[in-house]
Amino acid sequence: MTAVGIPEPGKPGWRQWLLTDTPTSRRHARAASLYQSWLTLKSNKLAMIGLGILVFLALVALFAPILSPYDPFAQDLGNRLQPLGADGHLLGTDSLGRDILSRLIHGSRITLYIVSLVALIAPIAGLIVGTVAGYVGGWSDTVLMRITDIFLAFPRLVLALAFVAALGAGIENAVLAIALTAWPPYARIARAETLSIRKSDYISAVKLQGAGPLRIITKHIWPLCISSLIVRVTLDMAGIILAAAGLGFLGLGAQPPSPEWGAMISEGRKFILDHWWIATMPGLAIFTVSLAFNLLGDGLRDVLDPKDGGEL
Amino acid sequence: MSATTEAKKGRQPPPFLSYLAKIAKTLGSIAVTMIGLLFVTFVIGRIMPIDPVIAVLGERATKETYDATYIAMGLDKPYIVQFFYYLWDVIQGDFGPSRLTARPVEDDIARVFPATLELATLGTLIGVFIGVPLGVLAAVKRGTLIDQIARVVALIGYSMPIFWLGLVGLLIFYGILGWVGGPGRVGIFYVDLVPTVTGMILIDSILDGQWDVFWNAVSHIILPASLLGYYSLAYISRMTRSFMLEQLSAEYITTARVKGMSEWAVIWRHAFGNIKVQLITVIALSYAGLLEGSVLTEIIFSWPGIGSYITTALLSADMNAVLGGTVVVGLVFVCLNIFSDLLYKFFDPRAQ
Repeated sequence: MTAVGIPEPGKPGWRQWLLTDTPTSRRHARAASLYQSWLTLKSNKLAMIGLGILVFLALVALFAPILSPYDPFAQDLGNRLQPLGADGHLLGTDSLGRDILSRLIHGSRITLYIVSLVALIAPIAGLIVGTVAGYVGGWSDTVLMRITDIFLAFPRLVLALAFVAALGAGIENAVLAIALTAWPPYARIARAETLSIRKSDYISAVKLQGAGPLRIITKHIWPLCISSLIVRVTLDMAGIILAAAGLGFLGLGAQPPSPEWGAMISEGRKFILDHWWIATMPGLAIFTVSLAFNLLGDGLRDVLDPKDGGEL
Repeated sequence: MSATTEAKKGRQPPPFLSYLAKIAKTLGSIAVTMIGLLFVTFVIGRIMPIDPVIAVLGERATKETYDATYIAMGLDKPYIVQFFYYLWDVIQGDFGPSRLTARPVEDDIARVFPATLELATLGTLIGVFIGVPLGVLAAVKRGTLIDQIARVVALIGYSMPIFWLGLVGLLIFYGILGWVGGPGRVGIFYVDLVPTVTGMILIDSILDGQWDVFWNAVSHIILPASLLGYYSLAYISRMTRSFMLEQLSAEYITTARVKGMSEWAVIWRHAFGNIKVQLITVIALSYAGLLEGSVLTEIIFSWPGIGSYITTALLSADMNAVLGGTVVVGLVFVCLNIFSDLLYKFFDPRAQ
């Protein structure tokens, strides 16, 4: 340890720079506040476990072709329905002799694909509807919120089923159907935030400087809605994964021979009594990933949204 | 300024009128939501790649019959007119014929809905009777092992794919242990033994005094109902915990304790007494959620409820049945939501 105050080279210097009480620039302040949140999140063990699982999932999805021991589509009818650990097939094989581990690894890509698409579409749609309704007010507020209520009134899975039936089965349509049923809560949140921000002094100040509604909404209201939306998205991820898997299970999501986890459970269902692992392994994968999202979401809520911390 | 408020006060309608106005407003919002709901299903029905005329006539109809039916069904009219036809039919309780069962959809729904209701009700009861005490306990013993266990139980419930848990449950409790009945509502030898009164086999068999049917039905319903119960337990226990924590940190609780009141009375009479209304809302929501969440459970357990009905219809392109089922489920959902809203307003003096 040398003299205090002089930033040491390497990690400690960064730490000090990030923990300063007197930020020197806007970017500095932003980085410092992010770092503070990160430190709070890091102290939450369960959230870190969740984050760890998700990072692992992302890596697995990224390196799927390298990691999987077999081709996920390669059928080997002489080797079908092999139990766990049977020569080289760590998790056994399914009814067509395909290696279950390889299919799970490739299925992680589909899961991540569905989740990220829904997590992009639904909150953005909700954000636009909610902020416009909240900021403009009056008739557009009434109409937009009525529409939101109607979509909220529909049971999610049933509506998604009907949409998929209308659009045809497939991953993209499943994504669209889930997103169509998932946006209303975000619109509600965004509207509530907008209503509380709309009357604040700094908005009036920006208005006096001549900013139009578009600029106010995108530059001054959206950034403040983001943190509560992120919390909600993370907590919703598990529901999205379960909905996608449910659609896949019903044969309305990803189509065979795609190694989507829900569809794999559906295939294994016929053999459940004698060959339990075929349906059980993808179920465990779905469970692990949605649990990870729930754990992380729980921790994020404590950090970003302390006012109703500990609700879940 | 004061004069106008004075005038307003003078013209204030008697209390029962304002109450009526409130009811009218609620009914109006139900109507708007329902029309919106019907509009969405109408749009879905229109973009569905199924020709409604062929659905009625079959593939081999002649051109003349096709054209005649096309006009008879009003398909030559503008969409907005068609929508009003649809609206009018639904208001009269007419969802059209089902292609799969060749019966009116509304009759089918009346037959399958009690099965779903039975399952969801039992599930909610399980969820309430375990979830509420668990939530209260977790709040009272905050931060202890019990609280942690309750949290993990709930998180697992939120994260588990219900269809998979159902499969594993069937495998273990039916396939390996043989403790419960298998899929379906009753065993094959008990089918159609009791006359249908309510459509709920547990109640019908009691009404008819056929206890063997009753116990057989119990052995079949217990597993799917426990599964649904677990889901509602996860939600109800977390909400109960957070409501209770809010109350327990209030000052009146400290006052009650200082007065020397027993811990039991503080928790149950004071704190719990104040969360009852919020809890009813949560239970109603979870009940509505179970009516929907039972779609996948019903398929796993071959439960002849509305969820299996919609899905079977969907896979065989039976459009009337899908839309009719969706509208009915949506209607129940809306009604439960509004019911819980009303309860809230009725019991909570601050919301009045």
